[in-house]
Amino acid sequence: MSANDSIKKTITVSVLLCLVCSVLVSGAAVMLRDTQKQNKQLDKQRSILEIAGLMQPDKSIAEQFAAITPKIVDLQSGQFTDEINASGYDQRKAAKDPKQSDIVPADQDIASIKRKAHYATVYVVEKNNSIDTIILPVHGYGLWSTMYGFLALKGDTKTVVGFGFYDQGETPGLGGEVDNPKWKALWTGKEVFDDQFKVKINLVKGAANPSNPNFDHQVDGLAGATLTTRGVENLLHYWLGENGFGPFLANLRAGKA
Amino acid sequence: MSTTKETILSPIFDNNPIALQILGICSALAVTSNLQTTVVMCIALTLVTAFSNMSVSLIRHHIPSSIRIIVQMTIIASLVIVVDQVLKAFAYSISKQLSVFVGLIITNCIVMGRAEAFAMKNPPIPSFIDGVGNGLGYSIILLTLGFIRELFGAGKLFGVEILPLVSEGGWYQPNGMLLLPPSAFFLIGLLIWGLRTWKKSQVEQPDYKLAAHSKYKEAM
Repeated sequence: MSANDSIKKTITVSVLLCLVCSVLVSGAAVMLRDTQKQNKQLDKQRSILEIAGLMQPDKSIAEQFAAITPKIVDLQSGQFTDEINASGYDQRKAAKDPKQSDIVPADQDIASIKRKAHYATVYVVEKNNSIDTIILPVHGYGLWSTMYGFLALKGDTKTVVGFGFYDQGETPGLGGEVDNPKWKALWTGKEVFDDQFKVKINLVKGAANPSNPNFDHQVDGLAGATLTTRGVENLLHYWLGENGFGPFLANLRAGKA
Repeated sequence: MSTTKETILSPIFDNNPIALQILGICSALAVTSNLQTTVVMCIALTLVTAFSNMSVSLIRHHIPSSIRIIVQMTIIASLVIVVDQVLKAFAYSISKQLSVFVGLIITNCIVMGRAEAFAMKNPPIPSFIDGVGNGLGYSIILLTLGFIRELFGAGKLFGVEILPLVSEGGWYQPNGMLLLPPSAFFLIGLLIWGLRTWKKSQVEQPDYKLAAHSKYKEAM
C-alpha cells in the first residue's frame, strides 16, 4: 500500500480539496450575485416593456420601466393591497410556499398550476390619472413546461395590448413558436372578454378567419403544437376567470379596486 | 515541441472525443440547435476540461487511488459551477438558453475521461494542453452540427438571416426536424462515417491512437 492510500492521507486530501473547492465556488457565487440578480430583473422588465409595447431600444430599460408601477393584488378579494411590499415580493416563489399559497382544486385547475399564490404582482401604466395599460402575470402548463408570461390589457380590461412569455420550455420550432414575434403580434387588438365580460378567447386551428363574427376573440393556433396551444388557451381562461384575475378586473372596471 | 502539437491536434481528427470515442453526445444533441449557444458551450467545455486536467495533474501525486474519481469529480464540479455563475452574470440570455446543460458538463464523459486517462499520469502543462485539444475536438463537431442545424433548420447563422424563410416572404422552407435533438444523431452518424472513410485507421484499429498516448508517457 503506497503512502497515498493511508487513511490519514485520504482524509487530509479530501478535507483540503473540499476546502479549496468550496472557497472557489462560494467566492464566485458571492462576487457575482449582484450582477446576476440585476440581470434577472432586467430580463423580466424587458419582457414586460416588450409585451406592453413600450420598448424603445435607444433608452435604457431602467429609465423606461420608471413609467410602470408594480402593485400587489389580493387574488381572493380582487383588490389592490398594501399589505406586502411590491418591490420585494416574488410571486413565483410564493406560489411554492404553503404559507403564501393555496392548492388549486383539481376541477378548477385547467392551467395545471397546482398552487396559486395569495397575492399577485400586476404592473400598471397610468396616464392622466387613469389606468392606461394593466399587465397581468399569467402562467400555465403547455406540453413540457410551465410557461410564464404577461398579458397586457388596455384600461377597458378587455382589449389586448400584448401577450407573451418570458420563460417557457416548449419544443423549439413547434410549441416554442409562442416566442415568435409574428404570432405575438396577432394578439394585439384582440378582445379577451365578450360584452358581458365573460372570458371569450379561443385559439383556433389554422388561421382565424377575419369574416367570422368572433374574429376579435380568436387567435391562430400554433401549427404542430396542439398541446401548447391548448395550454395557452387554458391558462388565459384560468387567469382571466373567477379564480384568477376575474374579480380584480371586475373591481377595476367598477372603480373599486 | 512536436509532442505539444500532437497533444493539441490529435484529438481534433485522429482521436476525436465525439467521433471516435463517442463521448459527450448528450450535450452535442442538446445545445447545437443554434450557433450562439453552441459556441458558448464549446468555450465552457474547453475551459473546464483544460483547467480540470491541470488541477488534477497538479495534485496527481497526492490523490489516494481509492478516492481518485470523487476527487476528480469535485474539481470538475467546482469549475463547472464557477463557469455557470460567470455565464449567469455576464451572458444571462445565453445561460438561459443553455439552462441545465452547462451544469451537465460535470457529467460529460470527455472531462472525466481526460482527467482519468491523461491528467493522472502527466505533468500539469501537457495536461492543460491535452484538455484544450480535447475541448477543440469536441468543439469542431459541435460547431459543424450547429452550423448545419441552424442554417437548414432556421435559415440563419448566429441569428442572422441567411436563407430567407417562406414564412417571412422568402423562398426557403426550413427543415424543422433539424431543430429537434434527434437530428443531431443523424448528423453525428454521418460525420463519423465521413471521418472513418477519410481516416481508415479509425475503422480497423480504433485503439491505435490510444497506444500513442502510452508511448508519450514513457517518453517523459
